Amino acid sequence: MKFGIVTFPGSNCDWDCYHLATHILKQKSVFIWHKETKLPKIDVCILPGGFSYGDYLRTGAIARFSPVMNEVVKFAHAGGKVVGICNGFQVLTEAGLLPGVLMRNSGLKFICDTVSLKVENNQSFFTKNYPSKSLVNMPIAHGEGNYFADESILDRLEGEGRVLFRYHPKNPNGSQRNIAGIINEKGNVLGMMPHPERCAELALGNEDGKKLFESLL
Amino acid sequence: MKARIYTTLKNGVFDPQGKVVQQSLGSLGYPEVSQARIGKYMELDLNETDRHRAEVRVKEMCQKLLANTVIESYRFELEDS
Repeated sequence: MKFGIVTFPGSNCDWDCYHLATHILKQKSVFIWHKETKLPKIDVCILPGGFSYGDYLRTGAIARFSPVMNEVVKFAHAGGKVVGICNGFQVLTEAGLLPGVLMRNSGLKFICDTVSLKVENNQSFFTKNYPSKSLVNMPIAHGEGNYFADESILDRLEGEGRVLFRYHPKNPNGSQRNIAGIINEKGNVLGMMPHPERCAELALGNEDGKKLFESLL
Repeated sequence: MKARIYTTLKNGVFDPQGKVVQQSLGSLGYPEVSQARIGKYMELDLNETDRHRAEVRVKEMCQKLLANTVIESYRFELEDS
């Protein structure tokens, strides 16, 4: 299996994802510069965390117009699996691949912490290796992670089982319905604010995030 | 032509910054402030003299990039320069 990791100017979790894919999962992986107009042959595309374009205007707002994003959108529409982590999630919402938007945290502060999450749906490409309704711990590090969508979209996400991860029991950032991670309608695009790639090996004291990537193999 | 663009969070979308500013003004002795909404102000210089064309284009820019219409509303003014 081959992972493609998109690097925008300001991405800072791209190497973490590379390390995860290459050294922990023992898979092939390749960096994809944001100016590329063609994707290499890959099975999973990761939009990593960071501060693409310095978060200018709005988080993810400029990155979404990077040349590579046209290709990521095509890849997603063709059924390719896309994982957007943190800033990657913000880019996916700006690009319209996922509904809603990530607003400023309700407490107005950047939060760097480990949070408890509930795996709400384990019938997805990304969560099938987690036991149903299991609790996992993952780090978060964001200033804009407050998920917002209008009520009808939230109802739809819940009704279709598209909320994969929920902050539980504590909501750190004001996200509507404690949402931490969602998938698109077809189930092949995941966006989440917590960082599974930062907790995928025991050397880091936690490997709760590893199952997410193993689910994809 | 110059375009002056204002974006703010839509009514109904909680604006924590606005809330804090309103509370601070209250504690500074301005209790008459019942609500504050924080937004962004942008100025664009346009190589365009036709007002109608400018309006259509700026509206498009707002919808495509300058505002996220899921949560933000926008308005703009055009000024001949």
